[in-house]
Amino acid sequence: MFRLNSVGELEKLRAEISEKRDTGKPCITTCLGTGCHAYASYDVYDALAEEIDARGLKEKIELRGTGCHGFCEQGPIVVIFPSEICYCRVQPEDAADILAALMEDKVVDRLLYEDPVSGQKYEREDEIPFYKNQNRLILGQNRLIDPQNIEDYFAQGGYKALAKALTDMTPEDVLAEVKKANLRGRGGGGFPAGVKWETTRQAPEKEKYVVVNADEGDPGAYMDRSLLEGNPHLVLEGLILGAYAIGAAEGFVYVRQEYPLAVDNLSRAVEQAQGYGLLGDNILGSGFNFRVRIKRGAGAFVSGESSALVSAIEGQVGEPRPKHINTAISGLWGKPTNLNNVETWANVPFIIERGADWFNGIGNEGNKGTKIFSLVGKVNNTGLVEVPMGIPLRKIIEDIGGGIPQGKKFKAVQTGGPSGGCIPEQHLDTPVDFDRLQELGSMMGSGGMIVMDENNCMVDVAKYFMNFLKDESCGKCTSCREGTKRMYEILEAITKGEGRAGDIELLEELAWVTEKTSLCALGQTAANPVLSTLRYFREEYEAHINEKRCPAKVCKALIRYTIDPEKCDGCGRCQRNCPEEAISGELKSPLVIDTDRCSRCGICLEVCRRDAVVVE
Amino acid sequence: MVNITIDGQQFQAAEGQNVLQAALDNGIEIPHLCYHENLSSYGGCRLCLVEITRGQRTTLTTSCTYPCLEGIVVRTDTPEVLKARRLVMELLLPLAPEAPQIQALAREMGISEQRFTEEEADNCIRCGLCTRACTEMVGAQAITFSGRGYRRAVESPFGEEAVDCIGCGTCVYICPTGCIEMLDRGTQRTLPKWKRTLELKKCTKCGWPYIPFAQIEFARQRGQEPPAADWFDLCPNCR
Repeated sequence: MFRLNSVGELEKLRAEISEKRDTGKPCITTCLGTGCHAYASYDVYDALAEEIDARGLKEKIELRGTGCHGFCEQGPIVVIFPSEICYCRVQPEDAADILAALMEDKVVDRLLYEDPVSGQKYEREDEIPFYKNQNRLILGQNRLIDPQNIEDYFAQGGYKALAKALTDMTPEDVLAEVKKANLRGRGGGGFPAGVKWETTRQAPEKEKYVVVNADEGDPGAYMDRSLLEGNPHLVLEGLILGAYAIGAAEGFVYVRQEYPLAVDNLSRAVEQAQGYGLLGDNILGSGFNFRVRIKRGAGAFVSGESSALVSAIEGQVGEPRPKHINTAISGLWGKPTNLNNVETWANVPFIIERGADWFNGIGNEGNKGTKIFSLVGKVNNTGLVEVPMGIPLRKIIEDIGGGIPQGKKFKAVQTGGPSGGCIPEQHLDTPVDFDRLQELGSMMGSGGMIVMDENNCMVDVAKYFMNFLKDESCGKCTSCREGTKRMYEILEAITKGEGRAGDIELLEELAWVTEKTSLCALGQTAANPVLSTLRYFREEYEAHINEKRCPAKVCKALIRYTIDPEKCDGCGRCQRNCPEEAISGELKSPLVIDTDRCSRCGICLEVCRRDAVVVE
Repeated sequence: MVNITIDGQQFQAAEGQNVLQAALDNGIEIPHLCYHENLSSYGGCRLCLVEITRGQRTTLTTSCTYPCLEGIVVRTDTPEVLKARRLVMELLLPLAPEAPQIQALAREMGISEQRFTEEEADNCIRCGLCTRACTEMVGAQAITFSGRGYRRAVESPFGEEAVDCIGCGTCVYICPTGCIEMLDRGTQRTLPKWKRTLELKKCTKCGWPYIPFAQIEFARQRGQEPPAADWFDLCPNCR
């Protein structure tokens, strides 16, 4: 590694790297992101490495471990370049076949993605419906880059935007471009990033800070994690550009320590960038100085709130403070501080390199660019998806997500994380953007998207999120601390069949006071799971309270398992599998469930081959 | 000085001073539990909610954390303010249902029935006056909040003996619910909540064990010299 003292030297290095890389040489990439890692993708990587070695192909084939590709459902994912053949659910044993096929210019048919509905197989990654319907502007580089190797990022045009800014643009130009691009904060609020930057830039204090908020904490959401793990230099480049525009000499990345790979890859990226002179003094000989420090969070959800995050970086308890003066003017140690989330920063290099006009060509009115969602729950294709803002929810769930498994009926999609809300079927054609989701009583949040089908009880869903929020409230405000606790207690009572008349009204009162009187956004939105489920699924609450009935047949206290004697042939499968020994009767004749002993685990329902187990 | 309006009356207040204090100074009562004029504003109890209009924007916010700014208009008694306060009080009440100050406030707000109950109320309303007094007034920093959400509680570090506690009793004095006990027996002072027991120094004249040795030592270490070298030999009664 050597220091790059000018933009010319950077471009020379980039040319050398491109030349060194024989583009015709096949490259096998293996996803080593968190999802695939959990499916033992490191073993796949090792097996491929051994196989390449054994065949003496080390000079002829490149092997690369990359960040998350997004299609986590189908992991471990292996993609071969330049043909872009995509293999799914690859096991270490498949390495030999993959290599053999590659050498003969063939494909391994059994590893191709097969559409669960149509049964059609796809060879190329970009033909797979999950990918085909996306616009993977930010996430797309993940599959091409070894996040621990800065050369890969250079080869993809990395730090070109920085070079452009430092040579052709003043800080004011960079700021103007971001403002013109109408980039809105991807962390949830949707506040225009350029306006925020300008506030910090214009604040009178000379010393200023820029911060990457990587305290992603929504259950089931991992967009920021995958970006930091898979393409840390992209986020860093965005941050450096922001620092240049704002006039900051120091920046922080506040990242959850529960993201060890993100911390590792980011730390390495910072070291590499320092080594090449892309961070530190006199960056690329421009006279601009900027340093980055990584601060690891200690696992509190509320630390993602800007004022709590500022406290946490300062070494205090991560707890929100009143901010009648914005952190953009008085943040870290009272100095002007610009905070943006990981994905927001990752957008900046594209805007600077390709221009605001290009960026404004993506998305809909008022919501420009793409947004990454983590699509999870009752949907065929789970994973990270990136779409232009403003596309209908239905397109994400049906075309990209492939619809609901087992032909079940869609019920609702929860967006915006714990503080978001549930959106029912009748609003599925709503364009996904900051403003429209808010109108529906939900929010964009940082991009969590949990799909629910007819087997989800909405009172139970509200209870789940309230349980999370009551644990993650910092506990400072009475309204949030006690409000979430009381709302949870009521929801729990309702799901246990102990709901009373007036409970819905009491929930609404508590929701009101929590929303109206809490200090930070956590408390102010904590009632959303209750309010949005009440708004669209009030009759489910009423069924629980008035009829002691759970329409989705989820709440254990309100359901009963019985065996239909007409259908039961007395095979005894349910009896053998019942953990409570609650099933009795003579074999070969209909069996009976003892309701008092039954724990409603549902195993009998799952194992019965004759559909004789009935839930009522 | 800036001009502010509270409930239709015009006042002058120091810029940046909190609205609650400005109101209290002018004889306007706003209920509060976590605020003390000699401590930093915390904004935790949410009882001092008021409606503040600044420019075009009106917000429901805590007056103890809102700075007096030129031209702000404060309303302390709108129906929404009163409703919000009453609900907050209803949420606080089960935490310390027996505490006289809490009962009195609840009565004043017209709360006649207790809609929420707490099985194991420890009488602490999490107002944080004790921790701020210990840190900001005393400087000992012996106790702090631990836990998040409904598990939040004031504790000695790691739930073990609060070794930095000097037994001065400021926390006991400032607590609005009386949930912190301090017991003097013979020459020993015990604060059970902080798992702390300290030796007391006797007055050389009357023999009253009146001050923890730790408190004298703490004052000395911090360079707080007493008016006379033998100052601590005598209790306040005999001085």
